[in-house]
Amino acid sequence: MINDTLQNRRYVIAIIISVVLGIFILRLFSLQIFESKYKEGADSNAFLKKTLFPSRGLIYDRNHTLLVYNKPAYDITLILREIRDLDTLAFCKAMNIDKSYFINRIAEIKDRKKNLGYSSYTPQIFMTQLNIEDIATIQQSMYKFPGFYVQKRTLREYAFSGAAHVLGSIGEVSQKRIENDNYYKSGDYIGRDGVEYTYEKILRGTKGIEILLRDAKGRIKGKYENGAKDIASKAGENLTLTLDIQLQVLGEKLMTGKIGSIVAIEPQTGEILAMVSNPAFNPSLLVGRQRSKNYSELLHDPEKPLMNRATQAQYSPGSTFKLIQALVHQQLGGINEVTRYSCNGLASSPIRCTHSHGSPVGLLNAIEQSCNPYFWNAFKSSVEKDGYGQKNMLFKKNYTDWRNTIMSFGFGKKIDDSDIYEQVRGNIPSENFYNRCYGETGWRAITIRSLSIGQGEVLVTPLQLANSAAAIANQGYYISPHLNKNDSMQKKIHHTLVEKKYFLIVIEGMSRVFEYGTARASRIEGLEMFGKTGTVENSRGKNHSIFMGFAPRENPKIAIAVVVENAGYGSVYAAPIFSLLVEQYIKGKIERVELQERITKIVTNTNVKER
Amino acid sequence: MSRNVSIKYALDWTTVIFYVILVVMGWLSIYGASYNFDQSDIFDWEQRAGKQFIWILTAFVLGGVLLLLDYKIYNYFAYIFYGAVLLLLIFTIFAPSSIVPDIKGSRSWIVLGPVSFQPAELAKIATALVLAKFMSAYNFKLKNWKDLLPLALLIFIPFSLIILQKETGSALIFVSFLLMFYREGMKGIVLLIGVYAIILFVVVIKFSIIPLQPEGATLGIILAMGIIVLTQFVYAFFYVKNRKEALIFLLGIIVIAGLSVLLHQWIPLNYNFVALFLVVISCIYWIFVELFNRFRKYWYIVSISLAAALFSFSSDYLFNKMLESHQQIRIKVLLNMEEDLIGAGYNVNQSKIAIGSGGLWGKGFLNGTQTKLKYVPEQDTDFIFCTVGEEHGFWGSTLVLVIFWLLLMRLLRIAERQREVFNRVYAYSVVSILFFHLMINIGMVLGLMPVIGIPLPFFSYGGSSLWGFTMLLFILLRLDASRLERLT
Repeated sequence: MINDTLQNRRYVIAIIISVVLGIFILRLFSLQIFESKYKEGADSNAFLKKTLFPSRGLIYDRNHTLLVYNKPAYDITLILREIRDLDTLAFCKAMNIDKSYFINRIAEIKDRKKNLGYSSYTPQIFMTQLNIEDIATIQQSMYKFPGFYVQKRTLREYAFSGAAHVLGSIGEVSQKRIENDNYYKSGDYIGRDGVEYTYEKILRGTKGIEILLRDAKGRIKGKYENGAKDIASKAGENLTLTLDIQLQVLGEKLMTGKIGSIVAIEPQTGEILAMVSNPAFNPSLLVGRQRSKNYSELLHDPEKPLMNRATQAQYSPGSTFKLIQALVHQQLGGINEVTRYSCNGLASSPIRCTHSHGSPVGLLNAIEQSCNPYFWNAFKSSVEKDGYGQKNMLFKKNYTDWRNTIMSFGFGKKIDDSDIYEQVRGNIPSENFYNRCYGETGWRAITIRSLSIGQGEVLVTPLQLANSAAAIANQGYYISPHLNKNDSMQKKIHHTLVEKKYFLIVIEGMSRVFEYGTARASRIEGLEMFGKTGTVENSRGKNHSIFMGFAPRENPKIAIAVVVENAGYGSVYAAPIFSLLVEQYIKGKIERVELQERITKIVTNTNVKER
Repeated sequence: MSRNVSIKYALDWTTVIFYVILVVMGWLSIYGASYNFDQSDIFDWEQRAGKQFIWILTAFVLGGVLLLLDYKIYNYFAYIFYGAVLLLLIFTIFAPSSIVPDIKGSRSWIVLGPVSFQPAELAKIATALVLAKFMSAYNFKLKNWKDLLPLALLIFIPFSLIILQKETGSALIFVSFLLMFYREGMKGIVLLIGVYAIILFVVVIKFSIIPLQPEGATLGIILAMGIIVLTQFVYAFFYVKNRKEALIFLLGIIVIAGLSVLLHQWIPLNYNFVALFLVVISCIYWIFVELFNRFRKYWYIVSISLAAALFSFSSDYLFNKMLESHQQIRIKVLLNMEEDLIGAGYNVNQSKIAIGSGGLWGKGFLNGTQTKLKYVPEQDTDFIFCTVGEEHGFWGSTLVLVIFWLLLMRLLRIAERQREVFNRVYAYSVVSILFFHLMINIGMVLGLMPVIGIPLPFFSYGGSSLWGFTMLLFILLRLDASRLERLT
């Protein structure tokens, strides 16, 4: 069984093993005894890599007004091994802290569960984010406390107290991110939300490294090879936003005391001019040492100020949805410009009308008067145009066509080629959804009638609503709304499934809303505006007041959606806000000061805190 | 009870003693590596040394249990064990990241609460067992293509699964089975060709950055072609002993090379292709020699030369396209082509400094400053040998290497005294696996191998690897002990 010649091969294997181990021993000999390079190098020196932090990119608005910049901040670090004869009381006095804080902090630093990379030989952060005034006094007495060092960092500073949701904030990088991304080290700052998050890689710049030599006792001996191997840090790039800060400030002012949001878009470019969400907070609350305290306060506020309602809250669009419906029904052949339906006002069935007007009405009047029966009949006509067919197949096909056409306005999905990180989908219910609710054949046009007037299961975000207003203003396309004023963002063009010819009559109807309809009171002399009010029933109290619209007709400059939660009629709250914003943006100033003050003073929710 | 008694006599205690010595030395080194002046209790559960102590105790228990089990189960259940391990490897690839987290870019650890282990450790043992089972079949012949193909597959499947987990280091260990195949009858030329390929690769890469000509010739390719031609000469002169033909060959090569340099004055020649041309010409020459002498030995060298030339020309491409950028950098650092003291070169440089600072006698137990200052990364796992080098100096590190050497020699002896092919094949697999770990790990720490993150057997911190090596070794000891049971 045993092959004798092969048996000899064990000697070959033994020789291979011995030769390799022999080479290792020779190598050890050369490293440890023969060469003095490593020996001397290590006996006296070791490298200390010191990080050079880059300054973060600045943020400007569209008119190059500076919004966000940096201010210096200072960390106090310590190397535990180097601390000698510390006069704790004097130290606490210099640092303006009490002794118990000092003791706690040292215990925290030494706790390896909380401080993973702890070593008593390397710098550990003792206090962070001291401002320049604090440090000026501390620096004078620093020489008395060997082992403690001052390290320079930068913090964010804000020129305006608004736009917190758009700008976002920076905070210490999470442990998880450190594990997945080699760039970050514990204690580094990173964009947490808003554009600080989306454009983190652009804004942050690149860290540099300074290689220092130190002896075995930890004392710095100077630069390694006189700095030849150092890498300078590279400052982050600046970012220009699409926001118009004047408009943003006005929007935030108008929303005082109310819950809701405003989104304003320049239709031809998709650039977001203003994005307001109230309750809001001053972005400087989330900077520096008070960040964590303020953050948790904001997080636990029942009115959820941290949530960006412009992109993360979803509402039924109510009557504003009738504009989109009017377009979609024309495209699907449910109605045309001469179609008329009768309206019996409050006596209409199955949906009553909330306005009193003549009957029967055509499309123009139906938009102007927000006639519910008209839009119910138009919806019915679109989805039932081929009857129901076997197992309702024809009806379902037409329903899906209706849904796809609606969704081509950017509804029911995240705008994923946008640079807005916090978004929710909204909802345009799918065929499958109703199949699950009512069974395969259990639902018909009458079952889902509330969709026709923008109530029920349909949900949209203010961003989507403003975007659809932009699509109407452009007569058939929208450019993904975005915040970075960079030409490449403007190439993200999306065409709606509704042809251009159907838009004219709807736009005419929107004009009439201001002339004869629900927004009469919000007219501006000499400036034609287009819009639609919405008064949305909801389960949580008073109706939501909604408005969407744009101006002017040719080369539309601004499209806006306004939502004021639980306020009442769309014409009373949202429409004037729209009107004031248009005035500000197109005329450059507000002439109707009284109106502005009146709207600002309205408080619809007493729980909203000013921060 | 009777089996217990027989185990006590049949057990190879020498191996067990070496094993215990290595494990204890490893434990002390881990204590040294993670030692902190503030907390100095070696049994502190929160510290790595304390945890390793628990791993060691459980490993001893595990070893004891393996010795008490029936030796036949390893033979009977080889395929089932292998299959189960493959399933575990596949599971690791597809498992949600709550169970298999991403650790430094590789997804190879299964984490269940406080316990985490690497299925790749089990894969080595399972593959060793299944190879032993397959090769001990009655009519198995290593030279049969029919037998060779499934054999290759048995290795390739776990190998590629581990590659998919991005654990290139652990996967490379599967190459070690070549050593076992060699003992079982594989042609020695395969090992030589392997070494030859590595030499050519290193030469081409190392000198590829030196451009020789504007036409694009590089010193690397020309040197590689030179090595090929020289190999042919050495083969003919010393092995086949066709002295006259070999000398004519050498003369011819020198003349042609000289002519091409002269010719270059008037016609721009790419020396890369001149060198290739020389190899082709020389191959044709040897074919003629063979035809005239009716001597079939030159086929070998001609086909190897052509394959080597092709390999040399594609090395550059392989290096740039097949390897990931961090792997490229590691190899460049090893070949002194890049210094990169901040990135990949940092580890090795610090490791060399730490070892170099140990000197002849070392700085003494727990007195190493380099490791204390945490300059050496992974100092208690992959770079544990640094601590030995720094604290115990040349004599200490040599001692560790000698104990490893003694262990391996002992295992070779055990391997050769097996009567069962199954046992012998398994024993050689154990020797090969341990040897490869030792070679790659220590080679890395000493800056002789690229940085490949695999543990040093019995030394490195971590339950998973300690348990893996313990199982590997004690299964062999159990098999070895059975040789007496059979006689009685």
